[in-house]
Amino acid sequence: MSHFSPTAAVNYFFNYFLMKGVLVTIGLTVAAVVGGLILGMGIALLRMSSNPVLSGAARLYIWFFRGTPLLIQLVVIYSGLPQLGIKFSVITCALVGLILNEAAYLAEIVRSGFMAVSAGQREAAWALSLSPWVTFRRVTLPQAFRLMIPPLGNSINSLLKATSLASVISVEELMRRSDMLMQEHFQILEVYAAATAYYLILTSVWDAIQRRLEKHFGRSSAAKSRRVVARAPVVQASVEARA
Amino acid sequence: MSEMSMNTAGGVEGATAQPQLREVPAVRMEAVYKHYGDFTALNEVDLKVAKGEKIVVCGPSGSGKSTLIRCINHIEKHDEGLIYVNGIELDNQRKNIDAVRRDTGMVFQSFNLFPHMTVLENCTLAPMTANGMSEAEAKDLAMHFLTKVRIPDQAEKFPGQLSGGQQQRVAIARALCMRPKIMLFDEPTSALDPEMVKEVLETMKKLAEEGITMLCVTHEMGFAREVADRIVFMNEGKVVEQAAPQEFFSNPKSERARTFLDQIIH
Repeated sequence: MSHFSPTAAVNYFFNYFLMKGVLVTIGLTVAAVVGGLILGMGIALLRMSSNPVLSGAARLYIWFFRGTPLLIQLVVIYSGLPQLGIKFSVITCALVGLILNEAAYLAEIVRSGFMAVSAGQREAAWALSLSPWVTFRRVTLPQAFRLMIPPLGNSINSLLKATSLASVISVEELMRRSDMLMQEHFQILEVYAAATAYYLILTSVWDAIQRRLEKHFGRSSAAKSRRVVARAPVVQASVEARA
Repeated sequence: MSEMSMNTAGGVEGATAQPQLREVPAVRMEAVYKHYGDFTALNEVDLKVAKGEKIVVCGPSGSGKSTLIRCINHIEKHDEGLIYVNGIELDNQRKNIDAVRRDTGMVFQSFNLFPHMTVLENCTLAPMTANGMSEAEAKDLAMHFLTKVRIPDQAEKFPGQLSGGQQQRVAIARALCMRPKIMLFDEPTSALDPEMVKEVLETMKKLAEEGITMLCVTHEMGFAREVADRIVFMNEGKVVEQAAPQEFFSNPKSERARTFLDQIIH
């Protein structure tokens, strides 16, 4: 077998078994992003707290999970914790590891987003008697979120690829199922060509989503003034819908 | 004008500790201190502002002018001394701070409009969320004040699409939508291109004619001469001199005020 068979690669691409692995990869990514964002938001709030114990704990968390490889974290959760009597299913192990790890990165992104919103915005909100919740929800959060989108996009792109590490603890996602096919048929290049194509498709789709998000949340920037004028009625409609 | 009477009722309720409402000054500061580390921004400041009075606060940079008016709505927290606004003491109680902020509107040097909201949304957010006004009412109110500052046609634009002068006029309208009794201006024209200064000052003059209490930190001495009832001159955190504009400009008492005027009036 000294040649590369494109037909075999295409066949692997449309292999039902591999496609199900792609779905698991997508599921892991989405769950880790959602879980990581919720946890990361909480850690970011602790990190920004004026209480030194709370901010110290958050800092310790971020230091630990960003300072150790995800691979070790996954292996410890999967094979190490049972030694202490703590046992999860394979999928739960992968999710716990990915979420804990992703949260540390997202916490720093969330925090930098909030810190980049100028103090004047909060002062204006105070001066207008806005409640702390309205100030957060309507003034600081939307502005911070806009600043978070580019680094958030990078982080999610990395996460998507990092889910392949879950193959090591036998989660049958795209990477693991590629390995399984490869071991069965020994068409190494053909199988991994199909897997590579799937990863490229997934990251490209995410790129496109990210670009749309940036465009949507950047609608008020002066550089796009002409388009915004043209869209004014749409904006108006969304204002009404919100009320 | 139901929201107006609501607002007044709120003010009266907050001030019931003071029996003679008419004599309660808009602002009363007694021996107020404010420190930033080793730096004393306000050094034993006493100030009384009557209702309806127009005050211009001036002085060299770093003299504490901005800190002074930022303490009045508790954007900056004073360290010592007493501050009463419409008879409500600023004593760190949330409810008093809220009551004072409802009575005061503030205009900032850098406008501080919310960049992700349209001009109209900027103006309706506080009336709707803090005063529970319906969207239709809030829009009417916003359009009323946007018309007053002469930019009703920009209501659907975002702040970034407006000139500095227009943005500052929106900021004035936004503050007015909360129907404040006292307006605080913190160097409202300092960040503007020269040709935009006039439109903002004209707007402020019009506002002054309507009897609202105004405290304004500004270097615009023409405006001070024309509009102010009293000039408060500050230096190194102290109120050095207070006088009617005519007297202040023609015959400043302190040496510091004299050198200051020499420097800024060319």
